[in-house]
Amino acid sequence: MLYIKCPYCGLRAQKEFSYGGDATVKRPNINEEVSSEDWDNFVYMRKSPRGKHIELWQHIAGCRQWIKVQRDTATHEIFQTAKVTEEIR
Amino acid sequence: MSQPFRLNKEGLINRNKKISFTFNGKKLFGYEGDTIASALIANGIHLVGRSFKYHRPRGFFGAGVEEPNAKLQVEFNGHSEPNVNATEMELVEGLSATSQNCWPSVNFDIGAINNFLKMFFPAGFYYKTFMWPKSFWYKIYEPFIRKAAGLGVASIEKDKERYEHKFEYCDLLVTGSGPSGLASAYAAAKNGAKVILAEDKPRFGGTLLTDDVSIDNLSGKDWAEKIISELKSMPNVTVKNRSQVFGYYDHNMLVMFERVSDHLEKKSKFTPRQRLWYIRAKETILSTGSIERPIVFGNNDTPGIFLSAAAKEYMKVYGVLVGKKPLVFTNNDSAYETALEFKKNNVEPIILDTREEHSSELIDEAKSKGIDIRFSHGVIVANGYKKVKSAKIGKLNKDKNSFEKIETIECDCICVSGFWTPSVHLASQSGNKLKYEDKIDAFIPDKKKQHETSVGAANGSFTLEESLKNGFENGSNLSAKITDTKTEIAIPNVNEKKYGTHDKFWCMPLPKNENPKRFVDFQNDVSVSDIEIALREGYRSIEHVKRYTTLGMATDQGRTSNLNGLQLVSNIENKIVPEVGHTTFRPPFTPITIGTIVGREVGMEYMPTRKTPMHEWHEKNNAVFVDAGAWKRPRYYKQGNETLFEASKREAKNVRENVGICDVTTLGKIDIKGPDAAEFLNRVYTNAWMKLPVGKARYGLMLREDGIVMDDGTTTRISENHYHMTTTTAQAANVLSHLEYYLQIVWPELNVNVVSTTEQWAGAAIAGPKSRDMLSKLYPDLDVSNDALPFMGYKEAEFFGVPSRIFRISFSGELAYEINVKSDNGMFMWEKMMEVGKEFGNQPYGTEALSTLRIEMGHVAGPELDGRTIPSDVSLNGLVSKKKDFIGKNSLVREAFNVESRQKIVGLIPIDRKSSIPEGSHIVQDQNAKLPNPKLGHVSSSCWSVENNNPFSLAIMKDGKNMIGKKFFAVSPLKNKSIEVEVISSHYVDPDGKRVRS
Repeated sequence: MLYIKCPYCGLRAQKEFSYGGDATVKRPNINEEVSSEDWDNFVYMRKSPRGKHIELWQHIAGCRQWIKVQRDTATHEIFQTAKVTEEIR
Repeated sequence: MSQPFRLNKEGLINRNKKISFTFNGKKLFGYEGDTIASALIANGIHLVGRSFKYHRPRGFFGAGVEEPNAKLQVEFNGHSEPNVNATEMELVEGLSATSQNCWPSVNFDIGAINNFLKMFFPAGFYYKTFMWPKSFWYKIYEPFIRKAAGLGVASIEKDKERYEHKFEYCDLLVTGSGPSGLASAYAAAKNGAKVILAEDKPRFGGTLLTDDVSIDNLSGKDWAEKIISELKSMPNVTVKNRSQVFGYYDHNMLVMFERVSDHLEKKSKFTPRQRLWYIRAKETILSTGSIERPIVFGNNDTPGIFLSAAAKEYMKVYGVLVGKKPLVFTNNDSAYETALEFKKNNVEPIILDTREEHSSELIDEAKSKGIDIRFSHGVIVANGYKKVKSAKIGKLNKDKNSFEKIETIECDCICVSGFWTPSVHLASQSGNKLKYEDKIDAFIPDKKKQHETSVGAANGSFTLEESLKNGFENGSNLSAKITDTKTEIAIPNVNEKKYGTHDKFWCMPLPKNENPKRFVDFQNDVSVSDIEIALREGYRSIEHVKRYTTLGMATDQGRTSNLNGLQLVSNIENKIVPEVGHTTFRPPFTPITIGTIVGREVGMEYMPTRKTPMHEWHEKNNAVFVDAGAWKRPRYYKQGNETLFEASKREAKNVRENVGICDVTTLGKIDIKGPDAAEFLNRVYTNAWMKLPVGKARYGLMLREDGIVMDDGTTTRISENHYHMTTTTAQAANVLSHLEYYLQIVWPELNVNVVSTTEQWAGAAIAGPKSRDMLSKLYPDLDVSNDALPFMGYKEAEFFGVPSRIFRISFSGELAYEINVKSDNGMFMWEKMMEVGKEFGNQPYGTEALSTLRIEMGHVAGPELDGRTIPSDVSLNGLVSKKKDFIGKNSLVREAFNVESRQKIVGLIPIDRKSSIPEGSHIVQDQNAKLPNPKLGHVSSSCWSVENNNPFSLAIMKDGKNMIGKKFFAVSPLKNKSIEVEVISSHYVDPDGKRVRS
């Protein structure tokens, strides 16, 4: 079970979180024209990298904040966590 | 009753307390502190089981977790448990153990015929034999394999025991209380670290209990006791015996299995039987020790053959002799200690040492005590079927591949030692890449991935001095990093015997024309010849050899067989062991009970039960409940002998004719506040929200980004910047996360807050033509006329003195209202409604009637919004705004969503107007068509229309709207039904929606 550092609450067990997918995907702006290709990429296309991956988790049984987690998908090592408004480098 | 193999004095058992038990029906006794194994051996019993494949007689081989043979069916405390390790299970009064995998008895086992047919059961036998004819698989082969593969028998009774889970955090977890573990824990504790020390056996000390050593002039055992009692007195230390750390998971999460009360005769009702610990440790010390490995020789599985350290442990811990005429067969010095222990107890051992004559401290001591030592000797084959009677021994030539001399000598046990294998299981589980250490012919931990450090024998250090030093240093350094405190501890003086080097020898050759089975893996009956076959047939990868032969795949995880198997493969392949590599170690290290894994999450505790504030009333009034997620909802209120069908029909009919009330507390409720709330709703829902006035509700539909309907519900504008959203019961949690996702990540610029208020409000729907009359009685001071409170209107008013919210919304399709009061007032509201509603013929209705009402009205719910439908599929395209953008809008233009023949919602009625159509039925053109019969759609919801008094269903059907008036078949192979149906509109009752507006 992973041990995830919520930027608001501190280290908590994975049990308290729910997974939310790739954090680098950006939704096309609302009320703006978007090409079919861009839209399809946003809705359907996801990379499945082996190694470092920035992903979203929600601290669902805690503060309910969505957070960013940089994790190695192969080893599960977590390098960094951040608020969604912060950048992970 | 005497115990012929019990020593008079030795051992750590409590001789003042006799414990009686039975084995295969025979009444026996042992002492407190015995295991089943030690008590049976004390009674001279060695034959305890039959082997897995050949049903060969098997006895004890080890004295702890390494035991491959002695797995028993054990009954105690009123339950029966299979595959219990006799060498670990402590004796308790009244325990009853029986042998497994034998019939009719362990002494005479019919299955042993396999042993004489062994040429037909080689490696890969199952893969080769059961291939044809194919039709034999289900009826003949599979049942046969299942029967033959059985170990013990799992109980079919409900487990009455209590199991618990515990979560714990610590600075340092130490797994194993041998010398290095004790030293690590002690050093860390002195540095102020929070320490957990876990020991799988009942007694602390590990090898200190059996080795002839002294530390600071104390015997090993006394030193261990001293350290343990000091650790126990420290508030920052938790010391646990009977606790096996069996799994090493991500981020230093270790899982430990504690046998809390299996050894107790009496316990309180609330004492758990076993406990599972989830331990998050900052650092872990793996002081798991090592396990002796055997030397392979002919018939080496005969009862009476032991690991030499186990024989010593039986003498020193349990005061039990494994035999009175022992042969000690070794390639190293450690077995000499076993021989010396025999000698001390007036038993004359003979030592067979594969090494050439040489000298070391232990050899010299054995010689000086007059022990018969034969160098360059080994056991070729053990004689005796159910117990060792003699052994054919041989003097090895210089190359150790043939014999100079062969003779047979009498013996009643053989104690074998092929050197030591570090227990690297936990290290390997943690992701540590092991390395092969040539000096000890075994793998030890190398590159770590997590915060773990192996010390002592687990790391390949086999001397006490080194282990202690290793333990103190690592314990001190690792904890100092955490606590920032370093207490100097003097490393104690150690007195131990020096071992000479071991012989790299692991398998006895066979003389010409002799071919006894030489087992590598006892529990799975894998012999040297099986591994040879696998390699001959082309298996190369050790992982493949393992699976083909089943080497190391039994419940003992190959603890005594893995390395010998690797040696064998590397010898045949002419490779060195590190090239062959090792198989993967996986948790659990030892078998654990299912009960422990499940813990308290059984029955009603499996998940939380959510009850509405009116739950007790429903209970008192014969409600039959249905699970809606974690909620309990009344399905119907039973009157007399009513069936579900009768009751729901009565309740639904009463709503259509009079008035009924329904507990709708479970609907998801989300409070939405903020200046941008309208804009937010406008983006979340498909329809327009910017112009909804205060005091009005609106039905809304929300999509996922891929255009599929996510949820529906009404949202009411309570005040300028305050909305009250309702969701379906099932989607409440998902919708909240969905809203939070968009507010926190996608549109953080919107000034809006959302919070779940599902449990803050109790809700009741009042539905039926007489609902307004009833409402006016509930709110005598309020104008509830159609003008003052129109459809989709909202009012706040006092409900007999308590604040309440009135929504004029309808799920049933009738004139209806929903009243919300604070949860605490829910019961008050409900009882008042029942009292006031009497004169209008009010009756409560449950979810079954609720479904009937919505289905015949054509209102969609979960079965239609099943994650595959878009708004136009369910006739909700009128709610999809063309003017504004919203979540999922861009997906609705996808080609497949706009083809003419796309699935659409329709209604179905049976041609005979009598046969109910099972939900899930497929709609087909021709009921007799050849399979696969083309499927045109499926039945999503079914009910008995109370309005029309015949069955009615909703279905999602290809090109549905154009099928109206046509006839098809609804077939349900599951229910073996085929019903001719006619397609009609999905709005079966009041298609124009007049009633809700009346």
